[in-house]
Amino acid sequence: MKRFLGFVNKEFLHIFRDFRTLIILFGIPVAQILIFGFAVSTEIKNANIAFLDFSNDEITRRIEDKIISSGFFNRTSDILNYNQIDGLFRKGKVREVIVFEKDFSRKLLSEGKATLDIITDGSEPNTATLVTNYTLAITTAFTQDLAKGSLTGAPQIVPQVRMYYNPNLQSHFMFVPGVITLILILICALMTSVTIAREKEFGTMEVLLVSPLKPVQIILGKVTPYFLLSFINVILILILSWLVFDLPVRGSLVLLLLESMLYILMSLSLGILISTVSKTMQQAIFISLIGLMVPTILLSGFIYPIENMPKIYDFVSAIIPPRYFIIIIKNIMIKGTGFLYVWKQTAVLMVMTALFIGVSIRKFKIRLQ
Amino acid sequence: MNETVISVKNLVKKFGDFVANDNLNFEVYKGEIFGFLGANGAGKTTAIRILSGLSSPTSGEVTVAGVDAFHRPELIKKQIGYMCQKFSLYEDLTVKENIILYGGIYGMKIGVIRQRVGELLEKLKFTEYENRIIADLPLGLRQKLAFSVAVLHNPKIVFLDEPTGGVDPVTRRQFWEMIYETASGGITVFVTTHYMDEAEYCDRISIMNEGRIVALDTPGNLKKNYNVGTVEEVFIRIARPEINKN
Repeated sequence: MKRFLGFVNKEFLHIFRDFRTLIILFGIPVAQILIFGFAVSTEIKNANIAFLDFSNDEITRRIEDKIISSGFFNRTSDILNYNQIDGLFRKGKVREVIVFEKDFSRKLLSEGKATLDIITDGSEPNTATLVTNYTLAITTAFTQDLAKGSLTGAPQIVPQVRMYYNPNLQSHFMFVPGVITLILILICALMTSVTIAREKEFGTMEVLLVSPLKPVQIILGKVTPYFLLSFINVILILILSWLVFDLPVRGSLVLLLLESMLYILMSLSLGILISTVSKTMQQAIFISLIGLMVPTILLSGFIYPIENMPKIYDFVSAIIPPRYFIIIIKNIMIKGTGFLYVWKQTAVLMVMTALFIGVSIRKFKIRLQ
Repeated sequence: MNETVISVKNLVKKFGDFVANDNLNFEVYKGEIFGFLGANGAGKTTAIRILSGLSSPTSGEVTVAGVDAFHRPELIKKQIGYMCQKFSLYEDLTVKENIILYGGIYGMKIGVIRQRVGELLEKLKFTEYENRIIADLPLGLRQKLAFSVAVLHNPKIVFLDEPTGGVDPVTRRQFWEMIYETASGGITVFVTTHYMDEAEYCDRISIMNEGRIVALDTPGNLKKNYNVGTVEEVFIRIARPEINKN
C-alpha cells in the first residue's frame, strides 16, 4: 500500500508540475462551458428587424408593438418601399423585414384575411428559420386574441406549441450536459493514455515493470489522480453552469455524481485500452482526439439528434459510450428523473467499462509474455 | 567468490515456432561482473527478461537470488536492481523525489531512504543538485544517478542493459569505477554492452549468437583460445563467422 501511495504521489507531481497538463485539466473545461454556453447559442436575442408598413393603422401598429416587446427583436429604422430591403440585407443591418400590405386592418376585419410578408436573410439559414418561427408564433397569437374579441369571427384552429423542460428553448440546457460528457471522456481517456504511453516512450515503464510494483498497482496508480481530478471537474462544471447559466440539477445530485463516477471510470479504462495499443504519446493523442472527440461531438446526440441520422449512423453511435451518458445526464439534470429511467444506459456503461478493462488486462499480459 | 546467485540450466524460451533462447546453461557468482554480450537479436533481451522475472521460461531451471524463476518470478523483483539503456529517472521530478520514489517502490522505510539520499549525494558530489529536476542535469550525471538508484535498496544482483549508451568516454570510465565499487561490495553486476572495451573490464563474459551461448570465459582466456588480441576480435569471429570464412 505504501508503495502504491508513493507512486500515486509521483503522478500528482507530474500533473501539478506541468503547466500544460493543468490547463488541459481545468482551463479547457471552464473555457468550453463558457464558449458553448454563450457563443454557440441557438436562440434569438435582439435580432434586428425593420418594418415596411403600407397600411400604418391601429392593428399593424399593435402587431409591431407586440413583436418588439417580445424581447427577441430589435427595431431598426423602418423603410418606406421595397427597393430599400435589398440594401438593408446587403449591409447586414437587419435579419428580417416584415411587410404589411395596404389596407391591412380593413382586409383583415372585412375579408377575414390579410397578408403579412416575412422576408429574411437566407444566407444564414438557421437564424432565418428561427426569426421566421418566432414572428409566426407572435402573429398567430395576435390573430387569436383578435378572434376572441369578435364573436363573429370564424373559429380558427391554431396550433399551440409548448416546450417541455426547457420552455424558453435555452441552448445551454443542451450544451452543458454535452460539454460535461465530452470533457470527461476526453480528459480521462487522453490523459491516461498519454501518461502511460509517456512511461513507455521514456523507458521508465521497463523499470516499473521490473520493480516489485504489480502491473495492476501501476495502472491504478496512474488512474487514481485522474479519477479524483475529473470528479472535481464535474463538480466545478456543475457549479459554474449553476452560477452562470442558472442551470438547475432537477433530479438527485447524488445519483448524478454516482453516474459521473461510472462514466469517469469507463473513460479511464478506455484510456488504458488506448495506451495498450499505442507505443508513443503522439499515437495516444491522435487516437484519443480523432477517435473520441469527433464521434462524441457528431454522433452522440450532443449536437445533432440521433433520430435524424441515417440508420447506419444510429448503429455506429450505439457503440459510442457518450451517447448513453448524455441521455443519463439530461434525464437527471433537466427532466429530473430517477434511476428507474436511466438504468438501461447505466447498465450499458457498466458492461463497456468491464469490457475495456478485460481487454486491457489481456493485452497487458500478452505484452509481458 | 563461489556462491552462486544466478543458476541457469537448459533454459529454453520459445515464441511460437521461434526459439529465442536455445538451451542456455551458465552460472553467475556473488560479487562478479558478468558481461552478457551478443549481436542485436541474439536473444540477450529475452534472457534478461526471464532472469528479472518479467517473463517465464518455456522450459529449464532458472534460479535467481535463490528464487525459482519458473514458479515465483514476482519474488525475484525484490532482490534485483535494474537499469536500462533508455533513461530511467523521471525528468520532471527532482533528484530527491526520484530517489524517494524508487526507494518507496522497493519498500524501503522513509527514514532509511532519507539517510541514503544524503550519503549518496555526498558520495557523488552533487548535494547541490538535490532539489533540481532531472531535466536540468547533464546526461553523465543522470546516468550515474540512475545507477545509484538501481542499487539503492541493496539488491543481490543489478542488471544493467547497455547502461553507457550515448555517454562520453570520461563518464563511461567513471561509471565503470562505480560498477567496480558496487561489485566489491558484494552486489553481482550483470551487464550487457556493445562497447568491447567495456567487455574487457568484466570478470567473465558470455557471448550469444542465434539464441545460444557460444562462448563463456574470462576475457583473457577467450582471447587466448581464439588467438586474438582483443575481445572485439573474439566477438566478431563468433557473431559473424561468415566474415572469417571468406
